[in-house]
Amino acid sequence: MTQRLARPPRLTLAATTDAPNIVEVRRISKSYGNQIEALRDVSLAFPRGRLTTLLGPSGCGKTTLLKIIAGLIPADAGDVYVNGRVVTGPGPERAFVFQDFALLPWANVLRNVAFGLELRGMAKDEREALAAKYIRDVGLAGFEKRYPHELSGGMKQRVGLARALAVNADVILMDEPFSAVDEQTRRKFQEDLLQLLAVERKTVIFVTHSIEEAAYLSDQIVLLTRRPGTVAKVLEPRIDRSHGPEAVRRDPAYLDAVEEIWAMLKQYLA
Amino acid sequence: MPAALLLWGALWEIAGRLELVPILPPLSDVLIAMGQLVHTGQFWAGARTTLASFATGMGLAIAIGIPLGMLMGRIAMADRLLGMWVNLFASAPLTALVPVLMILFGLGSTTVVVTVTLFAVWIIALDTAAGMKHVNPSLLEMVRSFGASRWVIYGRILPLAALPEILAGIRLGLIRGVKGVVIGQLLVSIVGFGELFELYSRNFLMPEFWALTLFIFAFALVASEAIGWIEHRIEAYASSRS
Repeated sequence: MTQRLARPPRLTLAATTDAPNIVEVRRISKSYGNQIEALRDVSLAFPRGRLTTLLGPSGCGKTTLLKIIAGLIPADAGDVYVNGRVVTGPGPERAFVFQDFALLPWANVLRNVAFGLELRGMAKDEREALAAKYIRDVGLAGFEKRYPHELSGGMKQRVGLARALAVNADVILMDEPFSAVDEQTRRKFQEDLLQLLAVERKTVIFVTHSIEEAAYLSDQIVLLTRRPGTVAKVLEPRIDRSHGPEAVRRDPAYLDAVEEIWAMLKQYLA
Repeated sequence: MPAALLLWGALWEIAGRLELVPILPPLSDVLIAMGQLVHTGQFWAGARTTLASFATGMGLAIAIGIPLGMLMGRIAMADRLLGMWVNLFASAPLTALVPVLMILFGLGSTTVVVTVTLFAVWIIALDTAAGMKHVNPSLLEMVRSFGASRWVIYGRILPLAALPEILAGIRLGLIRGVKGVVIGQLLVSIVGFGELFELYSRNFLMPEFWALTLFIFAFALVASEAIGWIEHRIEAYASSRS
């Protein structure tokens, strides 16, 4: 007997479902207190189904911008549009993956992955079946009953990713998700993420300070300046990924992109 | 620990036999008295009364202390307004307030219950507040990002996230509560074990007096260890919180 997994409905508005840019930010500004101006007049468009990276030196406001898009922090000025509608708080069309994993320490992997669905009121059997699927997809099959303190950093982040995928959001926001794991795991993650996204077809907004990571993963790279963060440049590397993950790292387009980004960042770092 | 107990037990026995201190009988006499007490109706009646007051008082202390601690831990204004008082009462000699309670609540087990609550609630509130302040902000952002309502955050996520601190507070509160019930019974309404203590000390029935004391100490120890066991069970997750 096959089990039909009922996925949570995608909550999109019919009129703007096919808009090319699923997320837009217009003239976003944010300051902390009176001294720290984190973002100044940032306007960006994020194409549907593509991975866009926010890249820049520390303190350039990229995480702040991501959290504003997620609705976790209010902007001082400007608006965030998702599917053509202004959003002011978190919503089911956006899911967040945290740098420090943010797993519930008292719940096992299965419950953690099902957490978003639990909050939506999905029935237990349904949500556990769905969660189990995503646990398999991220490569953690067999670990459903383990607890976060029994997992390595890399495994915890896989749980975080599975949790974000399980709620079937249109947009996945990732805040330096691989920076807390070692280099080998990080590389593996990057490859696995691309494979997953090829199947899932989500829009991803990714924050990183690693140039290689940005060039490897992204369809679009947004370079932000140092505080106050503004948009320095938007790049589209156009790297051919059809020959497999290993080939990408030797692809001239990839290497050129890395050099181009570095040259630009150097200007703003100096 | 058992070795230390044996040592102190031996010293007590020797000191008692040598009659070094007038009010200290040998440990063996006390142990015999403990065995005898357990067979008296008096003891069990006293135990029932004492336990009832203790349980009610502790229940109230937890029901008041945890929300109070959550308020202080999450809302800065509440912490500023209440923090001073809670800290004050947590370390004040509350015994001195018991006569005041007598005037307010009369001579009866109500006052004993209030005494227990008064003794235990402050430390529960303080530890809960500390737990609240140490909740990883990332965790709260996460639950908000997935659409958690205020109810879910305050009713489930925060208490679970601060559970180790809350349990520690309850454990300390239990011990203070035992103090509260004995003092309450002694000073306010000579019932339960308070009555028995009065009886034994007035009549210099020292073995019985110490027997009762040991029973109360043992109870406090067992209750505290019980909470400690629960704390141990969640230790794995507690230490992994970032």
